[in-house]
Amino acid sequence: MPPLAIRAYTATTALGRGLDAQARALRERRSGLRRNDFAPLAPGEAPLDCWIGRVEGVEEAPLPAHLAAWECRNNRLAWLSLQPDGLPEAIAAAVARHGAERVAVIVGTSTSSIGATEEAYARLEGEDRQFPADLSRPLLHTPHSLGAFVAAATGLSGPCVTVATACSSSAKVFAQAARLIHAGLADAALVGGVDTLCGSVLFGFNSLQLVSSAPCLPFDAHRVGLSLGEAGGFAVLERCDADEAPGSLQLRGYGESSDAHHMSSPHPEGLGARLAMIDALARAGIGAERVGYLNLHGTATPANDQIEAFAVASLFPPTLHASSTKGWTGHTLGAAGIVESAIALLALQHGHLPGILNSRVPDPANGPQIRFDNADATIDYAMNNSFGFGGNNCSLVFARA
Amino acid sequence: MSDSRQTPAVLSAVIEGIGYWSRGLPSWDAARAYALGGAELADAPSRPSPLLLAANERRRAPETVAVALDVALAACQAAGRDPAALPSVFASSHGDMAITDYMCATLASEPRTISPTRFHNSVHNAAAGYWTIGAGAMRPATALSALDASFAQGLIEALAQLAAGDDAVLLVGYDGAATGPLAQVAASRGLLGAALVLARPDRRGAAAGPLLRARFGEGEAGIGDGKLSARETGNASAAMLPLFDALATRHDRLALPAGAGRILQVELAHD
Repeated sequence: MPPLAIRAYTATTALGRGLDAQARALRERRSGLRRNDFAPLAPGEAPLDCWIGRVEGVEEAPLPAHLAAWECRNNRLAWLSLQPDGLPEAIAAAVARHGAERVAVIVGTSTSSIGATEEAYARLEGEDRQFPADLSRPLLHTPHSLGAFVAAATGLSGPCVTVATACSSSAKVFAQAARLIHAGLADAALVGGVDTLCGSVLFGFNSLQLVSSAPCLPFDAHRVGLSLGEAGGFAVLERCDADEAPGSLQLRGYGESSDAHHMSSPHPEGLGARLAMIDALARAGIGAERVGYLNLHGTATPANDQIEAFAVASLFPPTLHASSTKGWTGHTLGAAGIVESAIALLALQHGHLPGILNSRVPDPANGPQIRFDNADATIDYAMNNSFGFGGNNCSLVFARA
Repeated sequence: MSDSRQTPAVLSAVIEGIGYWSRGLPSWDAARAYALGGAELADAPSRPSPLLLAANERRRAPETVAVALDVALAACQAAGRDPAALPSVFASSHGDMAITDYMCATLASEPRTISPTRFHNSVHNAAAGYWTIGAGAMRPATALSALDASFAQGLIEALAQLAAGDDAVLLVGYDGAATGPLAQVAASRGLLGAALVLARPDRRGAAAGPLLRARFGEGEAGIGDGKLSARETGNASAAMLPLFDALATRHDRLALPAGAGRILQVELAHD
């Protein structure tokens, strides 16, 4: 595929706001996970016994007055995540160059602002169970709350869509943006994703017995499940110029596939995961041996990590450094694609390759590619895997110009 | 820096197959006859029964999943395309609101009793997931939402997939009824699904069909004045129906809402 320039990128997670906070915590091997203090809405219910990656300060960061109609936790996190790392300037530059109507908004989320719907249900009023007035805002109670808010907050008026394929959502936005720009329907795109902690995901994953009561242990022999997190992140993509500055970051390939197996369990041989990775490498026009860092989906559920390690070992040489960073951020669901793409881009830019946090005992199924320790190496290509419910898989390949 | 502003692109595809389901009009044949002045079917089933799912799953599947899979399979059959060979794009404003209502009501009372099946069915890509499982399709599948622009955005993504090299793609639009208190803020009535198999004009399959051309424009799409649009007013996916009215009545121009005061201008060349 023709490379796409990445003019700016950013992530906000339990590690803090912006890329410096992510890079520092990754280098210092400092986790953002904490004991679950996210109070259930049902009266008298204790929080689930687990660890979460909660973004600090969302409660104290109301939206600006002109965006107050969009107020909710998810849109607050979207707004916070739009500010760091020169993103507003990169958006403004794309608008100046192409016009606001030629810049698309393609964002991913799993649950969008359903936290606001949950809250309304916990505060229904009267015999006829009316939504409370402060939450009677139709734009919040639909998956497109996120995309519509980001368009309103940035003034971008190109094609605007919310991708909601569970945990692959904000990886697939890169693929969709690449196609849209290639087809001439836009000249640039703001891509990204936001998901916030809410009852649906905490109690939902708990019902599937996929939540660990201790901090998650990706690729550890003793792993029992995931730790949930919340996050937001964005990137500005643009068609490359003839004279891109050497070293500037690019999207080189994407690969998507379906497991065609089960709604909430991965394909037992990791066939869908393999197809997505093979497709991404093919679109980038490189062999697997050229990849220096692979950010794994690595949720720390027994099934995911086993099949992903298997798929990686079947495709990549032992020299690959592959890791899951969910011990730092938790599984940020629909935001995982953008957050872990940002981590892959940081590795590409600075040569610090994160390992895996908290895990001690490598699972016997791990190939030599799965690395627990951080490492330093100059790499030419970085990759990110994101897999979601419904057997929905996406892999991305990034490189420097 | 050079100014890379381009003239807006026109994308095109051959419509190889059409699927349709709403209560009283359980097939594209029934919908087309109705759009041309016929009556709805008196003895139509109240719920689609998607043959791709195993019998027990067919009964248990959320209504929105059932309708999406029914129209998707019908469109593939009309096109003579193997469902397993097609990438797919699923567009829905709200997903399954009966499940959203269940999740929110349960979280407000007994959160630890959430059903694991209903939780994994609550993802917006539930229909896409069940489709790929039922069809054995390992091709990419996506699930989009953009309020009343959902179908137009799905059509754009489907056309962009063709422009990126795919021979043919499946596009499905669907929405169900709002349930419980959620209906106060997310109005949608009835159950509606429609699907298209779209193929690159230079690589069309055996099935003949109209040529669709689409481009962005400014303006408001307005409410469709065709019989299908008029019948399904109130469903969150009704905004897609001007296209299906035009396909039935062999009209050649229409506009779909594309979000933020923009429209997708669609031209059809019927064969």
